[in-house]
Amino acid sequence: MNWEILGIWLGALVTLCLYSFLYRDNPFYKFAEHLFVGMSAGYWVIYQIENVLIPNWWQSMVPSEGGFNWIWIIPGIFVLFMLARMVPKIAGLSRLSLGMIIGSGAGLNMVSFFQTNAMAQVKGTIFSVASGSVWSIFSSLVLVVGVVSGLIYFFFSKAHTGVVGKAANVGITILMVAFGASFGYTIMARLSLLIGRCQFMLEDWLPTIPRLLGIGG
Amino acid sequence: MADIIEKLGKLDRRIIFVLIALAVIIPISFDLILPNPVGAEPSRDLYDYVDALPEGSNVLVSFDYDPSTMPELQPMAEALVLHLFMKNVNIVGMALWPQGASLGQDAMSSMADSLGKAQYEDWCNLGYKTGGQIMIVRLGSSISAVFPTDMDNVPWSEIPMLRNITALESFSLIISLSAGDPGIIAWVMMAGDRFGVPIGCGCTAVSAPTLYTYLQTNQMVGMLGGLKGAADYETLVGIKGGQAVRGMAPQSVAHLVIILFIIIGNVAYFSQRKKGGAR
Amino acid sequence: MRLIIPLAITFTAGMIMILNFFVPHQPFRFLGENLQEWYLIVASGAIFLGAMNLMHVHFRKIKLKLKNWKYSPVTIIGFLVMLVLGLIYGVTEGRPFNYLFMNMVAPMGATMFSLLAFFVASAAFRAFRASNWRATLLLTSAFLVMLGQVPIGAMIWDKIPLIKVWLMSIPNTAGQRAVMIGAAMGVVSTSLRMIFGVERSWLGGTD
Repeated sequence: MNWEILGIWLGALVTLCLYSFLYRDNPFYKFAEHLFVGMSAGYWVIYQIENVLIPNWWQSMVPSEGGFNWIWIIPGIFVLFMLARMVPKIAGLSRLSLGMIIGSGAGLNMVSFFQTNAMAQVKGTIFSVASGSVWSIFSSLVLVVGVVSGLIYFFFSKAHTGVVGKAANVGITILMVAFGASFGYTIMARLSLLIGRCQFMLEDWLPTIPRLLGIGG
Repeated sequence: MADIIEKLGKLDRRIIFVLIALAVIIPISFDLILPNPVGAEPSRDLYDYVDALPEGSNVLVSFDYDPSTMPELQPMAEALVLHLFMKNVNIVGMALWPQGASLGQDAMSSMADSLGKAQYEDWCNLGYKTGGQIMIVRLGSSISAVFPTDMDNVPWSEIPMLRNITALESFSLIISLSAGDPGIIAWVMMAGDRFGVPIGCGCTAVSAPTLYTYLQTNQMVGMLGGLKGAADYETLVGIKGGQAVRGMAPQSVAHLVIILFIIIGNVAYFSQRKKGGAR
Repeated sequence: MRLIIPLAITFTAGMIMILNFFVPHQPFRFLGENLQEWYLIVASGAIFLGAMNLMHVHFRKIKLKLKNWKYSPVTIIGFLVMLVLGLIYGVTEGRPFNYLFMNMVAPMGATMFSLLAFFVASAAFRAFRASNWRATLLLTSAFLVMLGQVPIGAMIWDKIPLIKVWLMSIPNTAGQRAVMIGAAMGVVSTSLRMIFGVERSWLGGTD
């Protein structure tokens, strides 16, 4: 059996099943959709076991050179607490694990978002003020005015009237250009995914049909 | 004429679907390839940075995506890995997304086979770990604490190329091929801003506009945005007939078709509004 | 008590991460590094919880014969096939688990999201209207970016790619940065509220 061709055919069949949704919802689409969800979940669980739990937890708790590190029981218990969510009587235990996840995430996010997405951006805006050609001075001016007026637009504690209103108007104008750019890129992204699938169907799958029928190469 | 415009405005969505499909299928069927000039794009910046890496440097490539964005990111991964191998740079792969581990393995092993690069000597795949940015912070002090083994459970100590690697600072460059969160933003925040390692990025076109902010602040050395970024890199590396470059022709035609749709939709809208039929 | 312990854990974990950032020395270094390693394990518990929940939902659908229950065995079988193959053969390249991933999961994932190409085109046709000057600006910006991103843009007019680069580097960066700074402030304040127990919605109630 040619496993490569079988693999291509499996891929093509599920692709066609999913594309049948473009006509309307149908059993082929539903079959592939449910299969995708199940297989993806299976993949995720296996990777958690093989790439996380065994090397990072089990082998830390029971090292190959012998001994037992009891401290690693604690994260194991927290995992069990998380799973307790499935048992209504003890579901409250999952809050302990969630507390650890949320606390760690919040602590790290607080400092890192402030450093990377606030301070570094403010610094970048201030130091963008350029000298040199008229065009680069104009560009840096657009950048600075755009950031400041955009921030004013998002500042809702003061009514958007007078000078604040005018600045907010400039802000929304800049935001519209940015959203337009985002829209253009989004269209591109979605089409790229379609192109990828069409390349697979036309360049990988279609040539296997004459091969299977014994026609041509 | 007004009637035709009105009818066009009420076009069945399935006709639009067919036209979009044809806009993509016809250029692929005719093997249409358009030249892809690379201007002063962030993709050139990333190429120049990688090209200037000294031989024997260590580069971490994080495959932070899954099959849903594979058509955009896999050609990038292959072109980047090929360039790094051509420069004789050691590649350490890993993934913040479980499915990225397999896709990264596919990209690295196929390129390594074509160039005769040996696993564990020139490249290795550490696999997937959960935890996103919190895990990256731990990598900043010890990588082996997070990855005691590679993807296939080969112990860290038995992988020769990892002998000189201790923490993120051992890398000359980190490249995240990112489809979302956790991904490039976590790398910029933790590895870039906290530990000072240069960061490069390949991302989906959807996330590219947001990431331009990190380019202006030099928080990233360069970026490949979407299929265009992948096509740029293939062109710069010199890959003939790469998947992304071949994708630029259907992409061009499909963009024109969508622009045409939007124009027709607007003409129909304004003609109806003129008649007082639309608000 | 049922609220105090989770809130105390949240506070402790949050403070360890913050102190580890500002004081990367002992004892905060030791505490931070251990917390980070434990986090990997505990976070993986969320994946198991998700998988268990998925199975629970589908078994329940079959048991109660809810809408589309006939497809639930497909999800369950798909899950079990990957689970069993992964446990027997591992995740190594070329083995059955990887084969099914590359030839079934990957094509399905890619196809599922490529469907959006059709819907985004249809939505653009129906909803993208130049109804006022700002919407026209958005439309113009989108057109220039769409043309500047593909070779045909340069064929129409060689300045289009340059305009696109400027649009992305200047006005787009300005707009995105304003959003980014605003969102960062939101993250900082929400994180503080969580660490200090003011924000408790994640506990599943306001009590």
